[in-house]
Amino acid sequence: MRAKLRGLVPYLGLAGSFLLFTALGPAAFHGAYNLKTILTQSVIVGVGAMGMTFVIISGGIDLSVGSLIAFATVAMARILNLYGEAVPVWLPWAAGAGAVAVGALGGLCNGFLSARLRIVPFIVTLGTMQIFRGGAKWLAHEQTVTAPATWLNGLMEVDPAPAWLWLAPGVWVLLLLAAAVSVILRYTVFGRHVYALGSNEATARLCGVPVVRRRLLIYMLGGALAGLAGVLQFANLTLGDPTAAEGMELDIIAAVVIGGGSLRGGQGRAAGSLLGALLMAVLRNGCNMAGIPNYLQNIVVGAIIIGAMGLDRLGSKP
Amino acid sequence: MVGELKSGAPLLRLRGVRKAFGNAQALRAADLEIAPGEVHALVGENGAGKSTLMSILGGSLSPDSGEMEFLGAPFRPVHPREAGNLGVSLVHQELALAPDLDVEANICLGREKSRLGFVLPQTARVREVLSWLGYGRLDPKARVGDLGVAERQIVEIARALFHDARLILMDEPTSSLPAADAESLFAMIARLKARGVSVVYISHFLEEVARVADRITVLRDGETVAAGLPAETPVRDILAAMVGRPVAEIFPSSPRNIGDTLLDVRAWVCGTGAAPASFSLRRGQILGLAGLVGSGRSSLLRSLAGLRPHSSGQAIWAKTAETMADSQGRARAEPGKRIGFLSEDRKEEGLALNLSVRANAALADLNRFRGPAGLLRLGAEAEAVRAVCAKLRVRYRHLDQPVGALSGGNQQKVALSRLLLGDSEVWLLDEPTRGVDVGAKAEIYALVSRAAAEGKAVLWAGSHLPELFGMCDSLAVMHRGNMSPVKPVGLWSESEVMAWATSGSGGKA
Repeated sequence: MRAKLRGLVPYLGLAGSFLLFTALGPAAFHGAYNLKTILTQSVIVGVGAMGMTFVIISGGIDLSVGSLIAFATVAMARILNLYGEAVPVWLPWAAGAGAVAVGALGGLCNGFLSARLRIVPFIVTLGTMQIFRGGAKWLAHEQTVTAPATWLNGLMEVDPAPAWLWLAPGVWVLLLLAAAVSVILRYTVFGRHVYALGSNEATARLCGVPVVRRRLLIYMLGGALAGLAGVLQFANLTLGDPTAAEGMELDIIAAVVIGGGSLRGGQGRAAGSLLGALLMAVLRNGCNMAGIPNYLQNIVVGAIIIGAMGLDRLGSKP
Repeated sequence: MVGELKSGAPLLRLRGVRKAFGNAQALRAADLEIAPGEVHALVGENGAGKSTLMSILGGSLSPDSGEMEFLGAPFRPVHPREAGNLGVSLVHQELALAPDLDVEANICLGREKSRLGFVLPQTARVREVLSWLGYGRLDPKARVGDLGVAERQIVEIARALFHDARLILMDEPTSSLPAADAESLFAMIARLKARGVSVVYISHFLEEVARVADRITVLRDGETVAAGLPAETPVRDILAAMVGRPVAEIFPSSPRNIGDTLLDVRAWVCGTGAAPASFSLRRGQILGLAGLVGSGRSSLLRSLAGLRPHSSGQAIWAKTAETMADSQGRARAEPGKRIGFLSEDRKEEGLALNLSVRANAALADLNRFRGPAGLLRLGAEAEAVRAVCAKLRVRYRHLDQPVGALSGGNQQKVALSRLLLGDSEVWLLDEPTRGVDVGAKAEIYALVSRAAAEGKAVLWAGSHLPELFGMCDSLAVMHRGNMSPVKPVGLWSESEVMAWATSGSGGKA
């Protein structure tokens, strides 16, 4: 009963805030174009949230993803600039792979420090958040890095280039990714172990789950998906920006938690995190459309995050 | 994987096993021999080395030296998984399950069958094992966190069987079980035995040991002092072997004068479906509250302590005729002032394990140590804590030692020290000797009866009948929230108590 109610929270939150802005905002808010825009705006947080879902279910946390996203955009821009204006066909792919690799490497650092050296993940990633941000600024020489235009820039077009795609390619990436994460969490040995680690690490160790190796993989996956979010962030900006995605880790964490992830570990779902990301996008977009001043936006977003969680609390009173 | 055994050969043989942690020699000469299909009890005080020995057998610790043979071959597992593969499984005292996973996932955890990384369901086999254990009604897809303690234990035993265990190590399996579930555990052990599975059974309840075990091995100070005693050995002799001296009388027979009524509880109702309970707590009296786990014993104590609301009724301080209930219908217990409460769950609630002895003891009444400008007078605090710890004979190294580093018995004494420090008049004790060894139990008995003799009123909730009969002046039994009449212990028989506890009526009457 309680678990069922908890599962409804992201849906209720999403529906509630959507109705709220439909009532408050201009008609354009619920127009098809804006809906597609909202979906597109949810992509970066959504992709990051997919990685964060693994991390949070396993009982960890990763505060460094915002910095990793920025690092990835800069790395992409640097790679795209390698051949000057004559961009080889494979270079955008290499840039994307490079961004994901950079993210995975960063995640591996987080995993190593927290799982192998047993430093609390909050502290580890609080530190690497600064370190990766610094690294991104170093790689970018403390300024944005422009890059030659490639098809990458079209990933986040609300009206995509082949019109039959209908939604931005990034949205499809997110949806496919969410499906994959959902399957991995539910049907694979690795997924089982992620839940087991977060639920009771001692038991997992006792039952022969390779705890350190699994944690390394979990953080690496989280980092790699932050790298992928970086690819989409780059597509949005069309340049590498070492100050991009500042504070985005908090939106990502909020998305996972609203979606049913428990910061104590053991609980969380891909679909929930996806809805959480969507909710965050609805909030930001809705506030803009309704012309709510910036200071109020912050307050509204914060209140709705707490409200969504409070809904859950109210329902579970003994 | 599992070899066969010559007839007559032991399944497991340990000789001279040693293990030290730093300077502390946990095991100095442990011997143990288990026959196939035997239930073998391992008894000893806390700190005697039982748990260390279990961890060595279970593969989570390696011995420093000594011989170990299992199924006739040298046995030295370096990981729980290896021990499990060889056929030795540990059922833990602190049930080791992942609450967020379902029954099947817990049973298969760490040894999932898979193809290309995808888990292959084992539901049929899991169901088979569960129904063999007599728990076919347990749904393999049920979330373990939603199960009761007894069912979780079934899941652990099923896990062992699922992986073809030949030897199952059970560490205090009944310590958290209500009596009825303990019975079905005993039945299950008999079935395991019939199947040829051996069981090593660790317990503090010696009566239980005599019932369940075929043979008994006693450990003391890391040494096997009696090996393979027959189950018929009198409890007195086992106790003597455990503590190294004859045990005369474990329950103190201090004369107490039952004095004035302190607290009058009238028509007290807590929880739905409960009948109103009326009783009084008197100075110098220990009132026992028997009943199975879940019978409402704890709820009653907790509501009196103000830790949960009660629905109606009053608790009246006899001296001032002042009620304890405030306008919201919630008991205002002023914790530590007049009512002292000892939680049954020492680790989760009773103590803050990573805080120091000093912080834990003083927590009940910090106001006492408040000096000028609201700062704590640490010297006075240390002095008071030291004095009370000396009174309770708590064995600790220094006041700033984390309480979690002490043995169970000493932890419990620290928890009890709060009641003394807080000058509580009424003591509500919920399972005060849970997870405490024989020696410390005797000390707790002595301490509580001394407190009663000094004029405290004690309400003692417990499941262990000999203890209730030994300690209490009067007794009442709870069943589904309803309380039997309070009668002097002399007017109760054990079977009458059990009848009340299980059916809520006086049995034959």
